[in-house]
Amino acid sequence: MAAQTTVPPSLTGDPGRRRRERVIARSLFAAALVSILVSVGILYSLFGGAFSFLRQVDLGLLFTTGWFPRRDLFDVRTLVVGSVLVSVIAMAIAGPLGLGAAIYLAEYAQPRARRLLKPILEILAGVPSIVLGYFALTWINPNLVQSVVPGTPQFNLVSAGIGVGILVTPLMASISEDALRAVPMSLREAAAGLGARRITTTFRVVVPAAVSGIVAAAIVSVSRAIGETMVIALAAGAAAGALFGLNPLRGGQTLTGAIASLAAGTDQVAGGTYSFESLFFVGLLLFVFTLLLNVAGDRFVRRFRKAY
Amino acid sequence: MAVVTNPGRETPGVSAAATAPRPLVGQASGLARRVKVYDRVGKALLSLTLLISLAVLAILLFDVATKALPVLTGRPVEFLTGGQSSNAEVYGIRQGLRGTFWIAAFTILLSFPIGIATAVYLEEYAPDNRFTRFIDVNIRNLAGVPSVVYGLLGLAVFVRLLGPSTATTDSLLNMTGGRSAVSAGLTIAILVLPIVIITAAESIRAVPNTLREGGYGIGGTKWQVTSRLVLPSAMPGILTGTILSLSRAIGETAPLIVVGVTTGFLVSQGGFLERLYGPYTALPAQIYTLARQPQAAFRNELSAAAIVVLLLVTLTANAVAIVLRNRYDKGRAR
Repeated sequence: MAAQTTVPPSLTGDPGRRRRERVIARSLFAAALVSILVSVGILYSLFGGAFSFLRQVDLGLLFTTGWFPRRDLFDVRTLVVGSVLVSVIAMAIAGPLGLGAAIYLAEYAQPRARRLLKPILEILAGVPSIVLGYFALTWINPNLVQSVVPGTPQFNLVSAGIGVGILVTPLMASISEDALRAVPMSLREAAAGLGARRITTTFRVVVPAAVSGIVAAAIVSVSRAIGETMVIALAAGAAAGALFGLNPLRGGQTLTGAIASLAAGTDQVAGGTYSFESLFFVGLLLFVFTLLLNVAGDRFVRRFRKAY
Repeated sequence: MAVVTNPGRETPGVSAAATAPRPLVGQASGLARRVKVYDRVGKALLSLTLLISLAVLAILLFDVATKALPVLTGRPVEFLTGGQSSNAEVYGIRQGLRGTFWIAAFTILLSFPIGIATAVYLEEYAPDNRFTRFIDVNIRNLAGVPSVVYGLLGLAVFVRLLGPSTATTDSLLNMTGGRSAVSAGLTIAILVLPIVIITAAESIRAVPNTLREGGYGIGGTKWQVTSRLVLPSAMPGILTGTILSLSRAIGETAPLIVVGVTTGFLVSQGGFLERLYGPYTALPAQIYTLARQPQAAFRNELSAAAIVVLLLVTLTANAVAIVLRNRYDKGRAR
């Protein structure tokens, strides 16, 4: 080209192109607003129902002898205790199993074994909770619980807790493994340089270095265990209600289980009475508990990510 | 921890050998030998924890498969195509499969486009300000909300607010038909939305910036760069996340029960619209119904057979997602 262009072509592009860009940017922003709308919807439904329940109910009924909403006995202590019992049992299973599996995968397994074993653990995470509920009811209870403690009723909180524990184990394992892998290699090398064996390095150096991540994994797992529903709905029984008590070897009710069984029973009596509204009150309690745990877990996760 | 060592068995040679330099191989000293035992036992215990988890999966699959065998080999086609019945001999899961199909369709049509668009907005378009961070934190919290709570949202909004008016509820318009497959589909789509957003955002974030700079360098607009360079490059990751959330959507039970899936035997089924707007059931809800029946034929064989079908769908989806992700990770590392 012989002629030198003195005026550079305009870089702003044609106006149609810019208008299209603006439309796209706005619709993407609109999509992002949907998630806020969902949160508003959750708060609206939980608070709306819970307030109308608390307005109608005599607050003394919240601390009676058990959770029997059809008979106007709304002892929330029963549900909270049930949820705590199930979570404690679940964490007694998922804590050691998940952490052990994570340590093995992160510190011991050969890359080849890891490539094979980790996906299998992830498959376990993909098993729907209704299936684990069925497993807890038809296999764990007769083969594990009832053979150790004969005379245990068919529905009990222990088998439900074990079922939830199995459900949470892959979650516990994968978050802890991330935390262990985030520990820099130089720490392990330093321990090896001092003549420490693998096991000493693991438990005296790597695990303490990853402890905030492991705590985060435990918090998130507890939150999942509290929120788990179907295992309890199937294996803990309590289709209608439960008496207040601390014995996990009997049937019981949790926050989630109460919501499920109340909702399943309301096909005919769709709303109006305050046994129906109590559903939202229990939901609000559950929401607040898990929200607090999730925020705490999130904070720990952030902390361990920034550590190195 | 039960470790098999004898604490009294201190070799007398240790103190004598302390003057001479200790061999680094660790053969001669009793202390070293004990540490070696700890090491072995520790490793064995750790691998045992992993093996227990894997054994649980194996037992679960074996237990369900053997219980399901009579139904799945005896009348496989009739089991898939038959309707619900109080007669265990002819019970089938057609209605549940149909409900599950609708839930999957709502998830694909609603939560995938909205979720991926949100992820694109957050990663590519959003300015880094308080509002963006608020959206981000909000999505993270939504992902941790228990699924029953989403059921309560569906019950309050889709069933009561947008469903038909009854004596006790005021409704805006009858848009969802109340306790219908539409309400369930919307609820589950909302439930998996945060998971889609988080996984899609992660894979978009992993796209190297050089790719974007190259796109802008040849004069591309933001959307051209995003749609033709960033998104195709992030696609394997996005696909993995969407497949995982689809499998989650199919297996989710608790919110369905709250939103009002039929947990008895669903009998009548009308035309297309009645199926969509009327009483319905879904595969996981059928398992719940079956597992609570008093007759053993329902509780054992039929629910196990339905579980096998559900597991085939969800675990296949999971396996595909895992394989896809592993291949993608390998490609990115090299």
